[in-house]
Amino acid sequence: MRTVRIAIGLLALRTPFWWMPRAGSLHAHAIDSLMRSSLFALLALCVLAQVLLVAGIVLRREQRARFSPAWRWAATVAVALLFVWMTIAAEELWSTIRLTRAEPHAVQVEVTGVQFQWYFRYPGPDGIYGKTKPELIDAAGGNPLGLDPSDPRSHDDIVSSVLVLPVDRQANLQLRAQDVVHGFFLPAMRVMQNATPGRVSEFHLTPNRTGDYAIVCSQVCGLGHYRMHAVLRVVSAQQFAVWMSQREAAQAER
Amino acid sequence: MTKPEKSNPSSRSWLRRYVFTTSHRVVGVQYLLVALAAVVAGTLLSLLMRWHLAWSDARLPGWGQVKPEDYLALVTLHGTLMIFFVVTAAPQNGLASLILPEQLGGKYAAGSNEKTSARMALPLLNALSVWLTALALLVLLATPFLRGGAAISGWTSYPPLSAVPSAGPGQGHGMDGWLLAIALFCLGSLCSAASVIATVMTRRMGRMRWMEMPLTAWSWFVAACMAVPAFSVLLAACGMLFGDRHLGTSFFFPPIDVVNGVVLHHAAGSPLLWQNLFWFFGHPEVYIAALPAMGLTTTLLVTFSGRRILNYRAMVASTIAIGLLGFAVWGHHMFVSGMNPYASRAFGLATIAIAIPSTVEVIQWLATILAGGLRRATPLLFTLGYVSLFITGGATGPILAQPVLDSYVHNTFFVVAHFHLIMGMAGVFALFAAIYYWFPLLTGRLMSERLGRWHFWLSLIGAYAVFFPMHFAGLAGEPRHYSQLTGTASYLESLLPLQRWITVAAFVLAAAQLLFLWNILRSFRRGDAASGNPWNASTLEWCSADEDLEDRPAASF
Repeated sequence: MRTVRIAIGLLALRTPFWWMPRAGSLHAHAIDSLMRSSLFALLALCVLAQVLLVAGIVLRREQRARFSPAWRWAATVAVALLFVWMTIAAEELWSTIRLTRAEPHAVQVEVTGVQFQWYFRYPGPDGIYGKTKPELIDAAGGNPLGLDPSDPRSHDDIVSSVLVLPVDRQANLQLRAQDVVHGFFLPAMRVMQNATPGRVSEFHLTPNRTGDYAIVCSQVCGLGHYRMHAVLRVVSAQQFAVWMSQREAAQAER
Repeated sequence: MTKPEKSNPSSRSWLRRYVFTTSHRVVGVQYLLVALAAVVAGTLLSLLMRWHLAWSDARLPGWGQVKPEDYLALVTLHGTLMIFFVVTAAPQNGLASLILPEQLGGKYAAGSNEKTSARMALPLLNALSVWLTALALLVLLATPFLRGGAAISGWTSYPPLSAVPSAGPGQGHGMDGWLLAIALFCLGSLCSAASVIATVMTRRMGRMRWMEMPLTAWSWFVAACMAVPAFSVLLAACGMLFGDRHLGTSFFFPPIDVVNGVVLHHAAGSPLLWQNLFWFFGHPEVYIAALPAMGLTTTLLVTFSGRRILNYRAMVASTIAIGLLGFAVWGHHMFVSGMNPYASRAFGLATIAIAIPSTVEVIQWLATILAGGLRRATPLLFTLGYVSLFITGGATGPILAQPVLDSYVHNTFFVVAHFHLIMGMAGVFALFAAIYYWFPLLTGRLMSERLGRWHFWLSLIGAYAVFFPMHFAGLAGEPRHYSQLTGTASYLESLLPLQRWITVAAFVLAAAQLLFLWNILRSFRRGDAASGNPWNASTLEWCSADEDLEDRPAASF
């Protein structure tokens, strides 16, 4: 009875193609189309091989197929060419996504992973992140990143637990971790990058659809790993400006 | 240990014959028993995991409510048991000891005129290796009973999570126990590798040249050559991590690390160094586990098709190419680590390159299978199952080899599906094939074909039912190591029906293995008597010691 319910649940689960969440960033569409063609090609190859395998068992000795060495090498070369094509397409895409610099007008956000929470810091109107000191870290006291009040550039820094980004504008993210390695995973944006203590990893993306998206942790980081999640809110440029000015005003009052 | 045995063998005590012995067959069986204990424990732990993941509020019998740290301890133990103690210890260290000396014609050992009984070169080292492995297993299985429980950082144990005892329960004594177990395992595998390499180099019978060795012997040899640098590096890395934990070193620590609000100052090390060292071991390790199975598949297809290997040179060349390229691809486990994106590109290319020798082997197998006329016996069924699972698991390899595609599915269930099919299930199917195949050699009895066929079909369907749907969970973005799908990001809850299906299938798959255990016990006592060479194999372990090898054509080795 339970199995039947599960089967019905599976059928009822309507998800987009290949179960991937709907793409929400510029490069995500390119990744999806490459993923789709690669999966199709490999699935076809896999099915063909399985059919040949079953044929080998079913055929009797009299019906056997003989593959000359030339055929076998031709098949090997064909598969190798498929791999070469996949590699060229994938490497080209990797270059355009990861081997380019962020645009100068990109929104700057620093992402910090800590057991079991994500924090997002915007540099504020001065465009510069203030100093932090590890001794000042006090999540309960409202200073989870250890901002140093003696540094004037830290006064306008905005620390948020929600990542808010404007649509259709590039965002440049600097990834850090305080304690252990965390994995910053934004499934709808097709972005995954580890946050490692002692290093900064940088990458950029351009969200192109408004809405709320899940951010999860993809690198086991301790007992709360499964609940280390946050929200990315992609809003219009206007809404982003409003949100930013509200946060700036609140920051100025402190 | 080379001095001649003075007493009559039958008068030796039971302990001397079956426990404290350097006999290559007994050591091989001891390895298989260690692996059996590990696989039973690892499977039971995985069932607890599956149950909790699908019904996370359920209280498990004999356990109660599973806490998130319990789940991570289960994952860590399951992964460590299966990867080290099952798919490495059994097919490489175990089967090599069991079969290799006789397969090389050790009964007609080089440099001796009389027909001596086959043995490993460095037999004491080989026997020591299984004892070290058994000790490592005991240490690992003891870790859940230490204060704080077993380690929770997964089988890859990335620091600083694994370096700071306060980073989580189980990261204190449990993590020390894990390090000790792995260090002992490394020592054991190094002893075994030395013994295998020495055996292949010095114990081939007089007329057997390198290019006449069976593919199984080639695979054990290449895998042992890979094990020496791989396990040496892991042993060193374990020592370094121990130093970071207890001796004040800073190999893997960043200058400043803030754990639970406590600031830890260190000299400037890097957590990425561990990842590089671990995966420098970890990827060759995949091939150390895979090569013996690939060699066995070639040998069994030859035996059951009754024809020769289609292209022996290509198979040997592929085996060696995999062994060499296996050391150049570790970075594909680190595409999202923050490694330089140009380095990712190089590792991506190397990974695609290693897919080509594997493709050569698959095409040779398929051509042999397609030629038809296979004698359908249980060892062949499991070999065909191996080929099927190897193809399905391998098909997702080229996706994971590409940094741009991997950085979506990395550390999701897509990867779990990939390696459970190609390493877990394929590896275990090859082990089953080996046991059904060599059982008559060891016991003089055949295993039951009827039970074997049931075991095969239930296992094959079960393997696909459990692991194929995991690809979809991965594509939907479900990360690994999540102890539950409720109370986390909301999109994950929609994957519960899929995960419940997988749990039900996993219980069926595990239950099917009882048929295998019953078959072993039953056939050991009451199996049909086997002839000296029941499968008409051409390799030398099946020759009786009195058979005159002079008439055998060299090409049949």
